[in-house]
Amino acid sequence: MTEICIVFDRLRSEEKILEKQAVELGYESKMVDAKSTHFNTDSAKNDNNFGDVVLERCISYYRGLHFTSCLEFLDIPVINKFDVSNICGNKLLTSLLLRKNNIPTPKTYFSFSADATRENLDKIGYPVVIKPVVGSWGRNIIPLKDKDTSEAVIEQREITDGPLDRIFYIQELVDRPPRDIRVITVGDNAIAAMYRKSSGGFKTNIALGAEPEICDITNEMEDLCAKTSKAVGGGILGIDLMEDKKKGLVVNEINNTVEFKGLIKVAKTNIPKEMIDFAVNSIKK
Amino acid sequence: MKCPECDANLSIPDDASVGEIISCSDCGADYEISKRDGSTVELKEAETVGEDWGE
Repeated sequence: MTEICIVFDRLRSEEKILEKQAVELGYESKMVDAKSTHFNTDSAKNDNNFGDVVLERCISYYRGLHFTSCLEFLDIPVINKFDVSNICGNKLLTSLLLRKNNIPTPKTYFSFSADATRENLDKIGYPVVIKPVVGSWGRNIIPLKDKDTSEAVIEQREITDGPLDRIFYIQELVDRPPRDIRVITVGDNAIAAMYRKSSGGFKTNIALGAEPEICDITNEMEDLCAKTSKAVGGGILGIDLMEDKKKGLVVNEINNTVEFKGLIKVAKTNIPKEMIDFAVNSIKK
Repeated sequence: MKCPECDANLSIPDDASVGEIISCSDCGADYEISKRDGSTVELKEAETVGEDWGE
């Protein structure tokens, strides 16, 4: 019998839902806390039991990414693959990949020091948005409406001076309705979508209180998400779209360990079933 | 079970699993269930939200 392993580092309701679904579908399932695992360069596939296929669901991007590399070293099938996780967890890599594949995405500027960022902002002008290249849930995404604000943010970055503080990711402020669209794709197919409506500010993250509302998947969304999924390497993804008033739909971000507890309540599709079926089918190919 | 921080009674659901987070309703401290064997539960301090946390 196929055994599905769900790897976590903080158990969210999504991981419990996936485990329950796997059991209901007649598969064996096991939960593994990534924080309790060990590997070494002589590790063999059978040293640990990670089942037949792993769903990597760590909340920490770096932990999940490095854990995935260990699994792939041992030839253990894992969703999502290392290359997919690596790109999705980093906004700069994602923006470059989208643009390289002619996928519409907001214009984004990169610089690698505070001074170069000040020079860049003098040329670009305002308003723009500064985002950390790694991070989620809208944390530290700040609209820069004028030079005083940008100077405060840049100065703060100079003080904290962490490795990622030196990577400046500045994006055009997209003129759009106060909402975005979260689409879940499984194996390049858009299976469910929701509008995430802002609760007042310009951010639309559910984690910050945005209101979810079911969204019908149009052909345009389906095509755009399929193209995006294929470009990044497939798997199970959460693709964030924005409705740019000039450009139409643009891909803003791709999420690698997509949360779905909000969408599951209103979606017509059985999201966890689609995910488990995809995992099982991925090892049959 | 008592909260290690403030000694209040912690409410741990019967179906809570290893890896889940329990919050103390009195002081707000977060604990992760590190072991569970029937009604015996072991807790450890939960990790704080990291810069790289998310989806």
